[in-house]
Amino acid sequence: MLRDIEKNGIVKWEDVQASRGCPGEGRAKKGPVAVIECLQEIPCNPCETGCRFGAITVGDPITNLPVLDEEKCTGCGTCVAVCPGLAIFIEDESKDGPEAMVSVPYEYMPVPERGAEVRATDRSGQVICDAKVVNVRKPKGFNKTAVVTLAVPREYVHVARGIAIQ
Amino acid sequence: MRETDIAVIGAGPAGLAAALACGESGATTLLVDFMDAPGGQLIKQTHKFFGSERQFAGTRGIQIPDIIMDQLSKMPNVALMWGTNASGYYADSGVLTLEDGARFIKAKAKRVIIATGAAEKPLAFENNDLPGVYGAGAVQTLMNVHGVKPGDRVLMVGSGNIGLIVSYQLIQAHVEVVALVEAAGRIGGYLVHAAKLRRAGVPILTSHTVVRALGEETVRAAVVAEVDQSWQVKPGSEREVACDVICLAVGLTPLVDMMWQAGCEMKYVPALGGHVPVRDENMRASNPAVYVAGDAGGVEEASSAMISGEIAGISAARSLGFEVKEADARLAQLKADLAAIRSGPTGEKICAGIKCATVCGGEW
Ligand code: SF4
Ligand code: SF4
Repeated sequence: MLRDIEKNGIVKWEDVQASRGCPGEGRAKKGPVAVIECLQEIPCNPCETGCRFGAITVGDPITNLPVLDEEKCTGCGTCVAVCPGLAIFIEDESKDGPEAMVSVPYEYMPVPERGAEVRATDRSGQVICDAKVVNVRKPKGFNKTAVVTLAVPREYVHVARGIAIQ
Repeated sequence: MRETDIAVIGAGPAGLAAALACGESGATTLLVDFMDAPGGQLIKQTHKFFGSERQFAGTRGIQIPDIIMDQLSKMPNVALMWGTNASGYYADSGVLTLEDGARFIKAKAKRVIIATGAAEKPLAFENNDLPGVYGAGAVQTLMNVHGVKPGDRVLMVGSGNIGLIVSYQLIQAHVEVVALVEAAGRIGGYLVHAAKLRRAGVPILTSHTVVRALGEETVRAAVVAEVDQSWQVKPGSEREVACDVICLAVGLTPLVDMMWQAGCEMKYVPALGGHVPVRDENMRASNPAVYVAGDAGGVEEASSAMISGEIAGISAARSLGFEVKEADARLAQLKADLAAIRSGPTGEKICAGIKCATVCGGEW
């Protein structure tokens, strides 16, 4: 049976949740954590070699799906920038208040500035809500991929995955 | 006549890796490319590479030629010729004919590594000669090499990695990709690439094809339609999509003319894109002076091209008696890397193709 993603390219949250790249329910309430949305066995492992906390394992063969160790993950965001598939996000529900943080990789110009009001999109590119850019990181080591952190209403923490291109 | 131990034809990922291995061995090496600068397709590949660190994973394709050229340019035994066409190879004498636009040059090489890459396949549909119908390679060259926008609204045809990646790069260049159509029932390339395209709002229409380009002077729209499992257009499913570019990314076929000329045993292997030379595990063709590397031996990814190039380089140098440091260990590692890259569901077709193109038992 063909999975829908093979037909339309849209990642389903249920499939992510069922994968070993996804942290358990509640982990993001304790602090930022990586959510790996890489569901097809492809030859690739920069997420593993890029994480200096040893929180991601691909192993041998290199086509294994990445496995997240949510205890080791600090939510630092390096994997978000080094993943060539732009398939890793950071969720953070640890702050009090109505908002959660979602960090996304961003390779379009111009990169939004910290403090900017933007519109967040879901995995199919549909605009879902207004969002505020609370952090933008693009150190040299990220090799031109910016990691943009958005504050979104809590209910969108597993849904917001992009920014509508300005 | 110019003489060299090894000539490498093509300075893309495979040729660069091959020349580096030859250069390290001490063999006199001549690296030739028809473009004015090295890199081949790498010079348009602005995305980060997959694979492992040994194949530059995480590095952007455009950054790789500089890394390798930095090493090659320090090797006195390596000669570089850009803007030079390799127009013929005479197997009986080992003579290559080269022309650089002004001169016709003959070079005698004891071994030749052919890393000529691949050419894009066309697609037959009504009006496909209308200006605005491009190959994906041309679109990438316009955009990423010359900084020229190919148009404003693009219909992409083909969901292999090239179609997916070029679509993404078009969006990065602020060009609208109105849709991506794929005749097969499933997306051909990596799903992570497809997913990032979807996140940018591009509809991906599998089981769809382009049947007609519309326009008088240039493309103003495309007619797309749904196809059934035997690739026939479903009646009544045709609809018009406004666009000024139809970009074809429907596959590549190996560029193997020199290997035909060299009298190499050839085989038609659809999984590898067309005719390819039969080779042993060290990339040697049936003509013992000829090695093949990269897409010329079967269309794959740049990371596998770099590995097969290094294998060909080490093997060619060794066949001439040059010492290659830890050759056996390196070859074993490279072959293991290739096997790993080709493992998993995305590599099944390639593996079957490679098996078909490799001489029985893996050795001549
Ligand atoms: S967020 Fe940081 S610690 Fe967590 S997996 Fe990614 S790189 Fe490792
Ligand atoms: S780096 Fe990204 S695409 Fe590659 S295996 Fe890791 S998550 Fe998947």
